[in-house]
Amino acid sequence: MYIQARYFIRTALIYLLIAFLVGGLVLINQGLQLHNRIGVLLPVFYHLLMVGWATQLICGVALWMFPVYSKEQPRGDERLGWFTYGTLNVGLLLRAFFEPLHIWVGGWGWTLALSALLQVSAIWVFVIAIWPRVKIRSRKG
Amino acid sequence: MPRLSQVMIRTALIWLGVGFTLGGLLLWHQGVPLSPWLLTLRQAHVHMLLVGWTVQLAYGTAFWIFPRLDARGTRGDVRLVWLCYGMLNGGVLLAALYDLARVLVGTGWIGVMPVLAGLLYLGATIAFLVNAWPRVISFRTLPRPE
Repeated sequence: MYIQARYFIRTALIYLLIAFLVGGLVLINQGLQLHNRIGVLLPVFYHLLMVGWATQLICGVALWMFPVYSKEQPRGDERLGWFTYGTLNVGLLLRAFFEPLHIWVGGWGWTLALSALLQVSAIWVFVIAIWPRVKIRSRKG
Repeated sequence: MPRLSQVMIRTALIWLGVGFTLGGLLLWHQGVPLSPWLLTLRQAHVHMLLVGWTVQLAYGTAFWIFPRLDARGTRGDVRLVWLCYGMLNGGVLLAALYDLARVLVGTGWIGVMPVLAGLLYLGATIAFLVNAWPRVISFRTLPRPE
């Protein structure tokens, strides 16, 4: 497995753990009513799991295992993958911290707009990077 | 990768991009309000990403990499999986457009959209399962075709 895929997949594994810590806390709070502010973490749990874990894992595995782009550049322009990795994770972390903070105390709305911009950019760049590698295998001879 | 997997995975990538864009608009609106109308996109965001992206990517990849049925590399009845492709994406479209249509047109006949979407999802899943089930076998050496 090449280094970029390792970054994607290991980061996805970390998100998996964090997502279930947050999700577990939300569930415990539902049962024991620890604090009424904890309930707002539910969308954070969903997005840590579906973006941080599932989507990031898929991105990493696809970049690793999909048909090669060319003999000279088997994975195409790897800078696109790094751009996706950076913007997706910065965007998701911004959301995870500031979405609850914005609900609790207000005044952090711009960080959510920035987070949205980063995550959407990340995904479209990933689509551009992987698109030419979703191809029918050319048979030699 | 067979043509059908290519089409399914590329369609899944389009749903990924569009679904994330809608999610981005919703998140932006949560931080910096744009228009309350945007809230009608929430269901579309969920259907596009859960079904259009995740489920369709899994179907397309499974059709590509599951063990073949014989030494010629047969992947079963391809027509079934094309049917699955059509029904799945028809279902996503209907489910995604439902809330928007309800806002624009009101209730009434619009109520048939989620019902039809649900039936299309079910049909797509059955078509996929019928194709995939016999291919969930251990890899084995097959005799060369004559």
